[in-house]
Amino acid sequence: MGTFIAKRLVRLVGTLLAVSFLTFLLVNLLPGDAINALIPIDAQQDREFVEQIREEWGLNDPMLVRYGRWLGDAVQGDFGDSIVTSRTVSSEIFHRLPVTAELMLVTVGLSVMLAIPLGVMAAYREGTRLDQVISGIAQVFLSIPGFVAGLLFIYVFAMKLGWLPATGWNRLSNGLLDNLRTVILPALSLALIEIAVYTRVVRSDVMNTLQEDFVLSARAKGLSDRYILFRHCLRPSSLTLITVVGLNIGTLLGGTVVVEFLFAMPGLGKRLLDAIFQRDFMMIQGITVFVATIYVLVNTAVDLIYMLVDPRIRKAD
Amino acid sequence: MSDAVETDRRLLTVTDLRTTFSIAAGDVQAVRGVSFALDRGRTLGIVGESGCGKTVLARSIMRLNLGSNVTTTGTAEFAGRDLLSLPMADMHEMWGMELAMVFQDPMTSLNPLVRVGRQVTEHLRQHLGVGRAEAARTAVDLLNEVRIPEPEARLKAYPHELSGGMRQRICIAIALACEPALLFADEPTTALDVTVQHQILNLLGREQRERDMAMVLVTHDLGVVAGRTDDTLVMYAGMVVEQAPTGSLFEEMRHPYSEALLRSLPRTSQVSHTRLAAITGRPPDLIDPPSGCAFSPRCPYVQPRCREEVPPLSAVDDPDHRFACWTPVGSPEGMAAFARNVAEGLPQAVAVDLTAPSSTGSGGAS
Amino acid sequence: MPLFTRLCLGWLVAIVFGAIFADLIPGLQDPNYQGFLFGTSATNEPPSLTHLLGTDNNSRDILARIVYGARVSLVVSMTAVIMGTVCGGFLGALVGFVRGKTDAMIMASVDVILAFPGLVLLLTVVTLLGRRDLLVIATVVGFLSIPPYTRVARATALAVSRREFVMAARAIGTRKRTILIREILPNCLPTLMAFALVNAAVIILLEGALAFLGLSVQPPTASWGNMINAARVDLRINVWPAVWPSLALVFTVYSLNVVGDHIRRSKAVRSAAL
Repeated sequence: MGTFIAKRLVRLVGTLLAVSFLTFLLVNLLPGDAINALIPIDAQQDREFVEQIREEWGLNDPMLVRYGRWLGDAVQGDFGDSIVTSRTVSSEIFHRLPVTAELMLVTVGLSVMLAIPLGVMAAYREGTRLDQVISGIAQVFLSIPGFVAGLLFIYVFAMKLGWLPATGWNRLSNGLLDNLRTVILPALSLALIEIAVYTRVVRSDVMNTLQEDFVLSARAKGLSDRYILFRHCLRPSSLTLITVVGLNIGTLLGGTVVVEFLFAMPGLGKRLLDAIFQRDFMMIQGITVFVATIYVLVNTAVDLIYMLVDPRIRKAD
Repeated sequence: MSDAVETDRRLLTVTDLRTTFSIAAGDVQAVRGVSFALDRGRTLGIVGESGCGKTVLARSIMRLNLGSNVTTTGTAEFAGRDLLSLPMADMHEMWGMELAMVFQDPMTSLNPLVRVGRQVTEHLRQHLGVGRAEAARTAVDLLNEVRIPEPEARLKAYPHELSGGMRQRICIAIALACEPALLFADEPTTALDVTVQHQILNLLGREQRERDMAMVLVTHDLGVVAGRTDDTLVMYAGMVVEQAPTGSLFEEMRHPYSEALLRSLPRTSQVSHTRLAAITGRPPDLIDPPSGCAFSPRCPYVQPRCREEVPPLSAVDDPDHRFACWTPVGSPEGMAAFARNVAEGLPQAVAVDLTAPSSTGSGGAS
Repeated sequence: MPLFTRLCLGWLVAIVFGAIFADLIPGLQDPNYQGFLFGTSATNEPPSLTHLLGTDNNSRDILARIVYGARVSLVVSMTAVIMGTVCGGFLGALVGFVRGKTDAMIMASVDVILAFPGLVLLLTVVTLLGRRDLLVIATVVGFLSIPPYTRVARATALAVSRREFVMAARAIGTRKRTILIREILPNCLPTLMAFALVNAAVIILLEGALAFLGLSVQPPTASWGNMINAARVDLRINVWPAVWPSLALVFTVYSLNVVGDHIRRSKAVRSAAL
């Protein structure tokens, strides 16, 4: 088990290095020199001034040197300064992260809580009307992107019913209820697809588990169906669910960009978009690497959790 | 099978049980009209090749055949109530409490992700509302009972950390936990090492005697049944072909299929390198079973009548020993039929004649 | 094929034909014609005989914009599918068959690209490229589609390589290249095709999100995503300009999923029968 963790961690470091280098490469190789973002075009007539700025920002060094310097700072938590606001990238990330983190946690929590009972019921009543209804709804949810769901919810719950605010954000420190009122619609918009994906996974997995011998022997012991479903079948299925949740974090991270834009939430995704519109390359680079790092870390964590939940893997190494 | 036993000892009476699975290819008639009775504290062996319907029979009585494509008819009266017409909620009360089952493969019949301790006691707690602490004490007692060393440590283990024999002992402990009146043991030793098989069978036998529990031992191996059960039922193609107290069955096998099963068993008394007689041919198609006796296509004693009329299950001289055959082993008709078939060169008869010429004349008539 | 699946397939066929032959559809208006400038139509008109789905807040015909907008979805998803199947499929089949160092290297780079959340990487690349015409968007999406197809093709090729007919071909000394072309690639194709249908749905959603953020094709070129974004502002005044493209998008993705599921199921039945 120890060597497994060690191997996994070595791979993690390798992936992170590659991810950061690729991002750096993208930002620095693609057309659109950073100097354009630093100095207005008409000011670029002054060659000396341009040269001075280039030197100041280290744009004249070879790329590998610049990458090394940037990486050295980045591992210490310094992603450089925004070239637009001149605040540090890391302080902006730190400031914006709680919003996105809460949005994703609420989305995943909501989805898992709904998907598990739905998937289990559909598997238990496989082929019946109930199963058809659940699977049908999942199929529809799977086709509704976050921005369409979000617009629908804004129209219905904010404009027509006036129950919830259409846009904006209340920090958790402003009170739990006010905070929840601003997070519920964005989270629900993102949750539709997640609910659909998780429900399908749980359904097919529980259906397979129900064929196992140990389910038959659990029945022969006189355990109630509900107990067998939730205490015997769900555990093996939860392994698959954890993996799928981990893999889906990538789509979800993309989704938060769209939903934060739609609901005007001051999260990481919105910040990335702003940086994109402002061509703030330090910010784009910092947030992209940060987001990819989170995604990679989550999937490594999933692998490790997998090992904790399944005693067979735990002992195998 | 003795009718002399007073009726209050009677635990289970199965009458004309039939089970059919509807699949795309047609209706598989897995059990085709089985009847038997079992008294409290007695043991019954059900013997037959795989696919003969013995496992389906046991699961049908326990109502454990899952799926909407299964239909079971007939009655299985258990302590005065017909199990087959009981509401499902009542069956949940019967399972574990009154009826229990030990399955063939202890590798797969325990949940790999749940500790042994919970699996041994969860039904105790659900059925009897036993608390956590008392359940833990009972679990230790049960594991001691089935001779598992260091029970406390084993209860914390996961199934894959235990050997096959150990796991089957756990399964037996689970089955015994609520003191059931009837235990089905479905091929309990088939998946185990030969060295462990005897220990498990002895354990089952001891528990059965000490608890005055009735037991149905389902097996493909006549050797398992010998000396361990009071009565034996030989099944072929979903029907009972011979039924007798185990002692008299081994003394005098009357059905050609029982005889063939016995002949295919290796025996220590045999000279080494003796060829074992496999039964020629294949078990019949249960979607469209052959007319007449189902064993007739493979039977060394087969006569034209066997292919047309199904022989009834009936007794000749011993009222407890019943069999379904027109040309029973050891009868003058049987010997004549066999001789005729050998002379005509019928393959299955010739095969028997070659491998074990001396055994054909065994039985009372020789 | 059940009736419902046929209906979904019908919708997909209609969308594809509409997108390709949009210029030839009789009565279909110019998607960028702003009627209110010439006094021929008003903004936010309700559905009528002249504008079957009404007009948007620039008085453009919504139906025409949906039909032309389908072009963007079609071009981007087809590019992704073709580049994915051809490049990713070939690469994956190759490394899954030959294994060794090439395999390790290719798969490591695939893993790195897949380590980015798709939309985030797409956003970054599109922004840095600076140009946002259909060709650029389609090419970027196409390139980013190669890694997932590589992974699927490699897994399939690994399984196919262990099959008897490949063993047999190796045993009689068939050249590796011949085995790859004659045995491995054709046997990877059905799996790739089933994956492509589901992937096309994902790509359409991805392009939709990009356009909704205003980062896909440059307006006034119509795409479903930027139509929804443009209508978003006037949601309180007129909800229909947002509803129609949303429905078109959801129906198309739904149909792709239904047809994809159907094919996967029938393929599973067939491979089980083998």
